[in-house]
Amino acid sequence: MTGGDTSGKVYRIHWLPGTDRLHGTCHCGAEHTAQDPVEMWDWMLSHPEGHQ
Amino acid sequence: MTSTSTPFARNQWYVAAYAHEIGRELLGRTILGEPVVLYRTEDDHTPVALADRCVHRRFPLSESRLDGDRIVCGYHGFTYDTTGTCVSVPGQKRVPRTARVASYPLVEQDALIWIWIGDPALADPQTIPRARHLADPAWTTVTGMEPIDGDYGLLVDNLMDLSHETYLHGGCIGTPEVAETPITTEVDEDAGIVRVSRHMDDAACPPFYARSTGIDGRITRWQDIEYFAPCLYLLHSRIAPVGVLPEADGTDPNAFHTEITYAITPSSEGKVYDFWAVSRDFATDDAEVTAFLRDFNHEVVMQDVNALNLLQRTLDTEPDGYQELSINIDTGALAARRILARLAEEGAKPVEAVR
Repeated sequence: MTGGDTSGKVYRIHWLPGTDRLHGTCHCGAEHTAQDPVEMWDWMLSHPEGHQ
Repeated sequence: MTSTSTPFARNQWYVAAYAHEIGRELLGRTILGEPVVLYRTEDDHTPVALADRCVHRRFPLSESRLDGDRIVCGYHGFTYDTTGTCVSVPGQKRVPRTARVASYPLVEQDALIWIWIGDPALADPQTIPRARHLADPAWTTVTGMEPIDGDYGLLVDNLMDLSHETYLHGGCIGTPEVAETPITTEVDEDAGIVRVSRHMDDAACPPFYARSTGIDGRITRWQDIEYFAPCLYLLHSRIAPVGVLPEADGTDPNAFHTEITYAITPSSEGKVYDFWAVSRDFATDDAEVTAFLRDFNHEVVMQDVNALNLLQRTLDTEPDGYQELSINIDTGALAARRILARLAEEGAKPVEAVR
């Protein structure tokens, strides 16, 4: 219903069905799995550190 | 106020009122700590927002009266035009040059009155997020507004994690599947948008939807949140009998769609205006459904209001530096908090430093 455009710098986090795990994908394409959203955001926002 | 206080994000658009609330009666609201008086001009009904304090002795202009398009202060008669300029004072011809109150940029759009809080030179109406369904004749909308005695961050937190529906709103809109179903979270960093989706393939139909849609079996229930920080929150809700999906061409004629809109407008510190609206694309002419959704959603909103009032009172008694514990359901709320912190930081910078 809105005209919200996507700017390109998008972070995605999927809670994997049937598990307690989160799977994150940084805007650079790096991926990471964690069991805690705080840890996940810490990893995500540390880009580019550890995102090789 | 405790350490839970979420900083205000200036240089942003906020919903000051529903368009239908503003007329020839003066309306006072406090937005990001700034008292504002709102009204419409007599001839072309243009909305006006001025600082709600007379320059003379700080009397609230919202407790004064209109003379044509001018506000006459109810205490000593200082008179202001629509730009906030004082054009008349009692007993003398000379009006001091400094006698003016601030005027605020306003935009009337989608049945909402948006106000810019910050440097007026930076106000760009193109950046206001849209909620077109609120003014679209194909949708029927019920609205309300509840003030909450709580930090606006508590309301953002509440709305970004709908698993609370199962517990706080059980028997109304919550069923076990809401809390049990994993979410996906997407953050568009530069646009300041957080999207949280929860798609339930086979869920119980809560009374809110059973009574409004007439579905009596189990449902496919999709909840797709878009939060346009700091103010506008949209929940795109799709309800259909189990297994009924959108058509291959993207149309979705066999589902019931509800747009649940919130405008989260910080008032003074520790207080927030909770503007809520429920728009539907089914039974649009059915007055009974309209009355039901208005009453039922009000009940749901008041459950949140009471819970957040209680939560704020509780947090106010907590020692500084208390700990929280976040789990998977909080992924979107954590993203929203971070974006609000960034917007607040940007809004506090000198003008030349703002992007």
